[in-house]
Amino acid sequence: MNSLRRILAVLQKELLQIRRDRVTLGMIVMLPLVQLLLFGYAINTDVRHIPAAVVDQSNTALSRVLTQIVNATQVVDFVERHDDLDEAERAIVAGRVRAAFIIPPDLAQRVVRSPAVALDLATPRSTDEETSRPVAQWIVDGSDTTIAAAIKALRSMPLHELFEQDVNRTTPTFEVALFYNPEQRTVVNIVPGLVGIILTMTMIMFTSAAIVRESERGNMEMLINTPVRSLELMIGKIIPYIFIGLIQALIILSLGHLIYAVPVSGGLPALAVATLLFIGASLSLGLVLSTIAKSQLQAMQLTLFILLPSILLSGFMFPFEGMPALAQDIAEALPATHFLRAIRAVVLRDATLAEIRPDALWLGAFMIGGLLVASLRFTKRLG
Amino acid sequence: MTEAVIEARGLTRRFGDFTAVDSLDLSVERGTIYGFLGPNGCGKTTTVRMLTGLLTPSAGTATVLGYDLPRDAEPLKRKIGYMTQRFSLYEDLSVCENLGFVGKVYGLGGRRARARIDELLALYNLTDLARRRAGAMSGGQRQRLALAAATIHAPKLLFLDEPTSAVDPQSRRDFWERLFDLIDGGTSILVSTHYMDEAERCHRIAILSAGRVRADGSPQALMDAMGAHVVEVATPDPRGAKQALTALPEVISAAQLGARLRVLVTDRIADPVAWLRQQRLGTPPTAVEQVRPSLEDVFVTSTGDGRQ
Repeated sequence: MNSLRRILAVLQKELLQIRRDRVTLGMIVMLPLVQLLLFGYAINTDVRHIPAAVVDQSNTALSRVLTQIVNATQVVDFVERHDDLDEAERAIVAGRVRAAFIIPPDLAQRVVRSPAVALDLATPRSTDEETSRPVAQWIVDGSDTTIAAAIKALRSMPLHELFEQDVNRTTPTFEVALFYNPEQRTVVNIVPGLVGIILTMTMIMFTSAAIVRESERGNMEMLINTPVRSLELMIGKIIPYIFIGLIQALIILSLGHLIYAVPVSGGLPALAVATLLFIGASLSLGLVLSTIAKSQLQAMQLTLFILLPSILLSGFMFPFEGMPALAQDIAEALPATHFLRAIRAVVLRDATLAEIRPDALWLGAFMIGGLLVASLRFTKRLG
Repeated sequence: MTEAVIEARGLTRRFGDFTAVDSLDLSVERGTIYGFLGPNGCGKTTTVRMLTGLLTPSAGTATVLGYDLPRDAEPLKRKIGYMTQRFSLYEDLSVCENLGFVGKVYGLGGRRARARIDELLALYNLTDLARRRAGAMSGGQRQRLALAAATIHAPKLLFLDEPTSAVDPQSRRDFWERLFDLIDGGTSILVSTHYMDEAERCHRIAILSAGRVRADGSPQALMDAMGAHVVEVATPDPRGAKQALTALPEVISAAQLGARLRVLVTDRIADPVAWLRQQRLGTPPTAVEQVRPSLEDVFVTSTGDGRQ
């Protein structure tokens, strides 16, 4: 009973301090808001309007039509025109364009024999050296793989339009049905992921800094002489941040729904359980960091140490499956990875509690483990 | 008046190879102010931490308010107050909020807390500052707030760690008035300090140096039993005279005070004034006069540390 009263005293004091700290208060709301607007609009893996140069060595009506067709795909914008290859290459080196489109002098011949045009002149054999020559060439600055991939996708674009011919649809080898994000909008995947990233950032940073602040400002010296126990202090200090985390998750998901029409299809219980478990896991990680850090600056550095892999390895930016085994193992250790998997499943794929159970269990175990480590280390330091 | 609130025997604390406090014996009587006088790093804070149950002694026993330490540290915390050297309340909270928080931590809530806080605000002249944030107050005001917070649960025993290091002399005088008020109310106080004038106000002091008690008793008794004469020497060349004097084995220390030297001469010399006049000091002194010892002289004699 007394213990509960002391936890409440700490909790009340913490709320007073948060309320008085305008910057922190602003960050609680502005951080998810600004990041959501920024990432929602900015991050797009579906690359369009890549600046490119064209080197037209053919200089015929046909080559101009070809240029227009390529331009019409919107994948590239032809911003420069050059007569020889060297100039185009220099433009790539200078960074003015990312790719150069080179149309050879014998374009007409090549087009006639190209399978992409598929005129009914003759059935070309793929082994035929003459017919397998491509129509034109791309030189691409391949250092950014996303841009390179976007231009690579142009490799087998159909050229029927060159002759105002009906599209002769070939039957694809496979049929692909896109569930859950049929329009292929990146933002649908980003918004639920953003909940994980923002919570990782604020939860770990706030808790680790909040505890360290007590010792840094000298308040701990007073507290250890009062009947407050270390566990009571920790609990009282982290409870406000649970609510802050929930508010932030709510802001991101509801605004993501309103602004970007991100569906929130999953059930509320599964969403609440996943979010609360992740908040708990992040808070306990923050507590562990607070027992390591000696100052708020160190707490901040340790938070970054966790935050960067959480952004880069958790599957927020790059698909988890594309990483080598070691990186995947590291990512599995981060709470953000499990939460991202769970919240994307719930929000986008309407998964139920049963379906996210492995990740939920892992987050719960992480939280308990973190709390144990933190309280063991914490009492040690005061003794 | 002979009831002891603190009783320590052979209290020792080692940190690795370093002995911070070396077999310290201590007995503090109820209703008195007991002072720990010593330079920084002499073991004052370590001793106080052992007596409040924060540190476990490496050896020795301590009984505080009848509680055996370190076993009964938790229940003891409710009975003692502790005022830290550095201001340790929350600077971003107001006077009232700080007191409210500390009160609740000690289990004081609702109407009882409000009454007690009002009482403390009036007692420590903080009523007009009740809504002021602690960070926006002066050193003296903060110190009154800290004392109010440390005594909110009316502790029987109060520990003060260098309480007046950040306040002006007037505030320091007021502060000590409050301490004597608390003593009248039946509280006992243990204060650590390195200010001589502060130590002089204590009922009893212990002079600590390198983890050991060098002298122990009332300030007056310590001055009477110092084992040295204090002689002031006026000379046109105090620096030269000081060098010549400190080289003599009979001189414990010589400290320059403006144009004069304050010389401590061992009491093996019966007539220090005559003895000093016989010494060759280059330029002869213009005046030599025996004076009343101060606590600083006691300190210098007992720690064997000239510090000048």
